[in-house]
Amino acid sequence: MKFDIEYKTIENVAGPLVVVGKVRAASYNEIVRIRMQNGEYRLGQVLDTSEGKAIVQVFGSTSGINLDKTSVSFLGETFNIGVSDSMLGRIFDGQGHPRDGAAGIAGKEKRDINGFPINPVSRSYPSDFIETGISTIDGMNTLVRGQKLPIFSGSGLPHNQLAAQITRQAKVKNKSESFAVVFAGIGITYDDAEYFTNEFRRTGALSRTVAFINLADDPSIERILTPRLALTTAEYLAYEKGMHVLVILNDMTNYAEALRELSSAREEVPGRRGYPGYMYTDFASIYERAGVLRGKKGSITQLDILTMPSDDVTHPIPDLTGYITEGQIFLSRQLYNKGIYPPINPIGSLSRLMGNGVGSGKTREDHKGVSDQLFGAYARAQDAKNLSSIVGAEALSEIDKRYLNFGENFENKFIKQGFDENRSIERTLEIGWELLSALPESELSRIKEEYIKKYYTKKQA
Amino acid sequence: MGLIKRISGPLVIAKEMLGSNMYDVVKVGKSRLIGEIIQLRGDNAVIQVYEDTTGLRPGEPVETTSLPLSVELGPGLLGMIYDGIQRPLETLEKKSGSFIGKGIEAFALDRKKKWHFTPEKNIKKGMQVHEGMILGFVQETPTFKHYILLPKGAKGKLSMIKSGSFTIEEKIAELDNNGKKSPITMMQRRSVRYASKIKRKFKSEEPLVTGQRVIDTLFPIAKGGTAAVPGPFGAGKTVIQHSLAKYSDSDVVVYIGCGERGNEMTEILSEFPELKDPKTARPLMERTILIANTSNMPVAAREASIYTGITIAEYIRDMGYNISIMADSTSRWAEAMREISARLEEMPGEEGYPAYLSKRLAEYYERSGSVESLGGKRGSITLIGAVSPPGGDISEPVSQGTLRVVKTFWSLDASLASSKHFPSINWLNSYSLYLDILEPWYIKNVGEEFVSDKKQAMQLLQRESELKDIVQLVGEDALPESERIVLIIGRMLREDYLRQNAYDEIDAYTTMKKQAGMLNAMLLFSKLASKAVSNGVKVEKIAAMKIRTDISRLKTVKEQDFGAALKKTTLGISAEFNALEKDELGSELKQEKQKVN
Repeated sequence: MKFDIEYKTIENVAGPLVVVGKVRAASYNEIVRIRMQNGEYRLGQVLDTSEGKAIVQVFGSTSGINLDKTSVSFLGETFNIGVSDSMLGRIFDGQGHPRDGAAGIAGKEKRDINGFPINPVSRSYPSDFIETGISTIDGMNTLVRGQKLPIFSGSGLPHNQLAAQITRQAKVKNKSESFAVVFAGIGITYDDAEYFTNEFRRTGALSRTVAFINLADDPSIERILTPRLALTTAEYLAYEKGMHVLVILNDMTNYAEALRELSSAREEVPGRRGYPGYMYTDFASIYERAGVLRGKKGSITQLDILTMPSDDVTHPIPDLTGYITEGQIFLSRQLYNKGIYPPINPIGSLSRLMGNGVGSGKTREDHKGVSDQLFGAYARAQDAKNLSSIVGAEALSEIDKRYLNFGENFENKFIKQGFDENRSIERTLEIGWELLSALPESELSRIKEEYIKKYYTKKQA
Repeated sequence: MGLIKRISGPLVIAKEMLGSNMYDVVKVGKSRLIGEIIQLRGDNAVIQVYEDTTGLRPGEPVETTSLPLSVELGPGLLGMIYDGIQRPLETLEKKSGSFIGKGIEAFALDRKKKWHFTPEKNIKKGMQVHEGMILGFVQETPTFKHYILLPKGAKGKLSMIKSGSFTIEEKIAELDNNGKKSPITMMQRRSVRYASKIKRKFKSEEPLVTGQRVIDTLFPIAKGGTAAVPGPFGAGKTVIQHSLAKYSDSDVVVYIGCGERGNEMTEILSEFPELKDPKTARPLMERTILIANTSNMPVAAREASIYTGITIAEYIRDMGYNISIMADSTSRWAEAMREISARLEEMPGEEGYPAYLSKRLAEYYERSGSVESLGGKRGSITLIGAVSPPGGDISEPVSQGTLRVVKTFWSLDASLASSKHFPSINWLNSYSLYLDILEPWYIKNVGEEFVSDKKQAMQLLQRESELKDIVQLVGEDALPESERIVLIIGRMLREDYLRQNAYDEIDAYTTMKKQAGMLNAMLLFSKLASKAVSNGVKVEKIAAMKIRTDISRLKTVKEQDFGAALKKTTLGISAEFNALEKDELGSELKQEKQKVN
């Protein structure tokens, strides 16, 4: 610990970076405290260290830093946060300071916010079905405990409502266990932050929620910290306190932009669209912190929201995210414009862990088959629709007409539901069968015969 | 002993390192993190560190081990799960709990366990021996003989050899090279950066049978061959890799999880011990070795993981076994290379990747092949690499560099995946350059008919795709009946043959015999349907035939019941068509009668 040494040897300031000279030996990733001439403090982190020199990334703005008068001290530790269960019900800013006016957290255990990678051997494969009460998720893209499932959205789409609805409705069947929400607002607007806190308050979830909020006009560099603070808190609640934690990171696009800003300040070789080449690894260090550990009671489930720039799924942010997360929930502007809420497009959505969370004993025996068939039928309906827009609905074959009809009904009865409508999985499957029963039995090649016999209801064609 | 001069991410520059070699493994800092020298500049060494460098300070010591990055090889490899630099993850868990700590040293192989070593019959005391020769074996699992090979550089007269139970560090034999005696143990080390020496390479004429219909029938890969599986996320790369790891007829599978999800490794770990190897009926885990550097583990070790995996595979191949390597995903390896290269401030090539990217890829895939080892055994390494191109666009450098060297290309298609058609291998733009060389094997082992069926199926699929383009413009009704039938057959082949459910117990794996039977039944249907149409039967009637349900259910018929089911279906197809044509003839006669009347 070198609290006593204060360096007044800042050589260079550029963007969020400060170069400090004549440093004895700063350790890599060490936290530094910067004392401004007006007595204010800022925090920073060592990004590159060599004999006599350290490059420091400042959290917050570098305005007011003065090469003569500002002094820097190295704290000898990495960025950490004091955690305790009294954090529940509290709101913090993007650096972990109280934002709700109340006092700081007492009796704390300090934890490095970067955490350590989970040993794959210590993981237990996620398999507990989470009922979100939303048909397109439960029925076709099932969320399981310990999964990381992002919502791929676009500007102006109702991802916030969807996240709020999931938070309110999500439960594991037949189990009453302690449950918590950790919310990280990363560069979100004041309105969005208010929306979530009001939602949590309205539904009584606030007392089980820890929120870290970095607003759109807060320093962008802080956004590097915010999700890590949230996940470190979540890990404490999950693995030390045995809680099942739902972490909402909103919005990862803002995080990525902060990462790009930092990378360009460091004059690194830019990768695709200017984002740094290591963005995949960096994303992974956040997303991979979801999971279930063997022998521990709690779990971390992540719901990551990101807005795709110009709805482009091949943009590096959704692209790299999709390669790490276990599926994605895809919001469609087309559906939204048709007045369908939640505008989740099953085509393009995916839950990789679904196979292990559904079936007899978990949801229902026919779940996987129904889901596959609905996917197939809806895809076929899209084809029929495209065809009908060229040749006209009249020229379609009999079967294509049936599919076209199926598509309409599927969107209006299955996908569409109310903001306060909480559908059980049984109800979801029931609607699924109602829709499938409008197709001839011979079309249901993806469902086992015995289930067709049991659930298919013949209708007059 | 040197001193740390500078730290930047996973890269450390150390001074006073004169005398150390390129690619030597070093221990960095007080916490003794493992690293490798990747550049020497004067007395400075540039080191890539395989662990998180947080907390290192300039001035801390750097110690070289004077050994290149290498793997430990010997009995006890099977069923293990290692990190990128061959530390057993189970040992790491014992030492640091659920989260991986830093600076932990762990032996790759159990030092205490005793194995029973039996010398080979033809190995006698006093004979001249050399590197790569097989001294004897250990029965590692009930079905796997682990041969003990003489290590690199070994040469001389065998002055002692004994049988019995030994640990891997105990002396089992001794060599005498002109008076210089050297002990031989069951463990050896191989440097990971170089391919092991072999006698010669062969052209393989045997396919890797995978039980995946689209692969075995349309785009097979030879044992000792190479394949690339590029595709966007969600297209099913990992499901294919897992299916191949489960069902391919390899003796040993090395699965490298390179920069991918932790839960995927967990899935293998929880599933494989329960599943049975289709060849030996032993638990799958007994023939599997896992290398896991998940995406949140240190990036430099990701670069190493690919080499660790193939070096282990080469060692087992030299015993005369057929190994498959699944590398998921090689793009993460390339990205790790890019990250290190950028930190070294090398001049970037295309998309920031280093200029030597394609050379490294080619070198890597060249380590596959069907070979005769120095010990005179024939073995092979089949290399299957997943590629994760950004945005699914394969015009990027990693995909292109890979496609230039691999012989099989399984092109994954996002639109197939989103309609849940798995495996989502697109049959129109995938290819296998092994088709011709493997044909004699197929003729001999599956039958001549299957070979011609395969070609016919491919033609039908291609024809279907052309017709579908036309349908998009003018509608199906505008096509002549004979072409509308192609649409029905094409759909049948796609939905009921190429589509395969990896999660269905029976459908997940199809034997060659069953594949031939299924395909034959479908083509019989196709043949009779064309005939019926030319005899005036309406396409709608054929589309509504009951037997189609039976055909589509063939894939879920158990192997032992398949012969009977196939027979029943074939007879059913002929019978239903006969009935249709009779009806048609009847109604024609009626019409004519009416006309006459």
